[in-house]
Amino acid sequence: MIELIWLIPLLPLIGFVVNGMGRNFLPKRAIGIFGSGVVLVSFILSCMVFGDVLAARNAGQESAFAYNLFDWIRVGSLDISFSFLVDPLSALMLLIITGIGFLIHLYSIGYMSHDVGFGKFFAYLNLFIFFMLLLVLGSNYLIMFIGWEGVGLCSYLLIGFWYKNSSYASAAKKAFVMNRIGDLGFLIAVFAIIATFGSLEFDAVFQQASSFPIGDSTLLLITLLLFVAATGKSAQIPLFTWLPDAMAGPTPVSALIHAATMVTAGIYMIVRSNILFTLSPVTMQIIAAIGVCTALVAAFIAITQNDIKKVLAYSTVSQLGYMFLGLGVGAFTGAFFHVLTHAFFKALLFLGAGSVIHAMSDEQDMRQMGGLKKNLPITYFTMLIGTVAIAGIPPLSGFFSKDEILAHAFVSNPLLWGLGFLGALFTAFYMFRLLYLTFFGEFRGTEHQKGHLHESPVTMLLPLVVLAILAAGGGILNIPEALGGGNWLANFLSPIFAYSNSRVEAIHVDHNTEYILMGASALAALVMAIIAYSTYVKKKRIPGADGQEQGFLYKLSYNKLYVDELYDLLFVRPLNALSKFLYHVVDKAGIDGFVNGVGSFFMSSGRGIRQLQTGHVGFYIFMMVIGVIAILLYGFLNV
Amino acid sequence: MDNLIQNIQGIPLNHYLIFCSVIFAIGIIGVLIRRNVIIIMMSIELMLNSVNLLLAAFSAYRGDASGQVFVFFIMALAAAEVAVGLAIVIMVYRNTKSVDIESLSKLRW
Amino acid sequence: MTIFYFVAFLSIFFALMTIFTKNPVHSVLYLVVTFFTFTVHYILLNAQFLAVVNFIVYMGAIMVLFLFVLMLLNLNKDIEPMKSNVVKVMGAVAGMCMLATFLGAFKVLESSNEFVTGNTDVGLVKNLGKVLFDEFLLPFELSSILLLTAMVGAILLAKKETKEA
Repeated sequence: MIELIWLIPLLPLIGFVVNGMGRNFLPKRAIGIFGSGVVLVSFILSCMVFGDVLAARNAGQESAFAYNLFDWIRVGSLDISFSFLVDPLSALMLLIITGIGFLIHLYSIGYMSHDVGFGKFFAYLNLFIFFMLLLVLGSNYLIMFIGWEGVGLCSYLLIGFWYKNSSYASAAKKAFVMNRIGDLGFLIAVFAIIATFGSLEFDAVFQQASSFPIGDSTLLLITLLLFVAATGKSAQIPLFTWLPDAMAGPTPVSALIHAATMVTAGIYMIVRSNILFTLSPVTMQIIAAIGVCTALVAAFIAITQNDIKKVLAYSTVSQLGYMFLGLGVGAFTGAFFHVLTHAFFKALLFLGAGSVIHAMSDEQDMRQMGGLKKNLPITYFTMLIGTVAIAGIPPLSGFFSKDEILAHAFVSNPLLWGLGFLGALFTAFYMFRLLYLTFFGEFRGTEHQKGHLHESPVTMLLPLVVLAILAAGGGILNIPEALGGGNWLANFLSPIFAYSNSRVEAIHVDHNTEYILMGASALAALVMAIIAYSTYVKKKRIPGADGQEQGFLYKLSYNKLYVDELYDLLFVRPLNALSKFLYHVVDKAGIDGFVNGVGSFFMSSGRGIRQLQTGHVGFYIFMMVIGVIAILLYGFLNV
Repeated sequence: MDNLIQNIQGIPLNHYLIFCSVIFAIGIIGVLIRRNVIIIMMSIELMLNSVNLLLAAFSAYRGDASGQVFVFFIMALAAAEVAVGLAIVIMVYRNTKSVDIESLSKLRW
Repeated sequence: MTIFYFVAFLSIFFALMTIFTKNPVHSVLYLVVTFFTFTVHYILLNAQFLAVVNFIVYMGAIMVLFLFVLMLLNLNKDIEPMKSNVVKVMGAVAGMCMLATFLGAFKVLESSNEFVTGNTDVGLVKNLGKVLFDEFLLPFELSSILLLTAMVGAILLAKKETKEA
């Protein structure tokens, strides 16, 4: 099967080319079927590849397969080939990307059916899948970087999909710029890796790196740069502000790119490079701190947001923060497990939100919703599963992954656990708030919207159901030993962490501690669900209109901690001022002044000399005589 | 004939130069101070002739016929120039009823 | 020897008369005389061919052409508006400056022992013809085209414009 690995990214690329070329004349049905079909085929191939890897793992054989497509850059001692690497980690990522990608393609057929840019949309989605597959399949940092940049581009294109709305277009721009900051980190890190290891192949780099001392300053630099890249792509403090704005794109995009796949690229990259990070404890501490701060801040903001997609967006940022927390405390498996489960339930929630928005005639404000349970039963049920899963209530998937991270955090530093726990409380609260505001109580929208309420078509419901099953059952992948599970995922991924485990003792969590922590968080999540229930269903506390007087904390949360304003003040305005300065003083006055000055100098001197052109022939002759005299004098004096 | 030749023997070349320069300068002055186009053209003829004479003198001095051939060409040129020039003067006169050079002030941007 | 200086004096005198006479017809006549003195100069240089050509072409053809045009335009009266005295003085000064520069550039005021002897045979028709039709054959033929062109041009210019059809 490994020989056909190149087909997996190639198929979406073909889909992109065909859909992109034929977007204006192919019928929508053909575009939808073709666009989804290529991803489905990729998914099937991915399954087969995964089967191979699984078989190899079970047989205890070498489970990493490299497939070299062609030699790409060969300069001096540097040799970069265009090659793919299939190992347990990338095989799992393949499954997520193509599997969820396919479901979202399917969903988009229904969701985007009324949009004029249908073909364009599918072309972009296919292109995104292609780049994402390149990102996870690449066997060296350069291929990964191509994918990394490519998904950033697709994200930009899809956020600005409805580019005629200028605020959407500027959201796309914001996402792109924020990503660029991170990408620069990645690029410099790649250079540093070449300089240090003389190669970009994962194999070679990790092998060399594993012999470095712990705390090596070069590794510190590389890992910090890589982490900067990860903060950009995975929306961590300080570069997280683009992700909530990225909700300007169509909802399937939010689900696919900004929840399930692209934003986890940073985590994938760190998991992939785990040996480098393991050997730089300082970076690990920074990652843990940033992760937990992001988790808390984003959860805090999410509590008061009224836009259903904004809540989910901040929730995504928050969950990504958990993943980074997990990475920071060395729970690579836990972090990756959370990537998996998060991909399931967050895609589910976004698609469910999309279904709601679709039913509500593009209304996104939860204050206008309510009581949709009756009209959208399947959507409600699947959303409920997603909410329970993300809130961390057992036995759904989110419980296992989040608790694994929190348990490791507790062992590493109880303070981290405390903050993470607080974030988990917030998470449970705002998710149930979302659920209650949307599906319970009285309908608060307009009559027109009420008459238009309908359950979504089957192409949209099918992905929801599939994802709901995955979100509910995803936890069995890695049931901890404490609960009698086999830690299947950890065992499956263990070759990836072989180098790390050989250098640093893996964190061991005491079973009793784990029981207590699990109980605490499950209980807390339930308590928060009940508080939310009493607040929003029993007391019917509907968030007021925008201008209403509110407490300080509420305002702080509602206005997203004023981070956008702060960035505006700190970076955008000074940069604007600098640009204006450069434009007005340097460019206009300096360069233009010089260029125009040269022109106007000759113009004005020409205008002056033109006065000599009187038109009088006699004067011309006179001048000629003077000229002859001058020439003769010159010759005479120079002889 | 021989007497004649003997008589001019010993005229310094410098004197030819001075004489021709004077004639040339007179031509220049004529061009500069007159307004009648025809007179100006005549002054130009004067200048041409002074140069012709100088060429002939050099030719005689060097014993080289090329100078005199050039004089011959200059004469052909002068004939052509005068023919065209006078035609232009006639045209100008027909249009402006004047041969005043000051009236020809259209020759500018 | 004195003949040269005498004729040179006459040349300069009539040249001056040419440019200072107000009546254009008189001017032309003075110029004819000037050209005649030039013919004498050519003879003194033993440039017989040039003397003849000068006599025929310049005095006979070109000057007659001038005279003809003057008569044609009826400009024989002294109607020419004169330039202001300032311009005249400036013109004269410029001409003198030119002369001074010439003389300086040619270094003619230094004494030299280079003399022009009029006893060479190069100016004879026979010798000149050999050079002209041997070394300078192509320019000679080209000059015929020049003359033809000038003739056509002159006719075209001087012709009265016919009404556009």
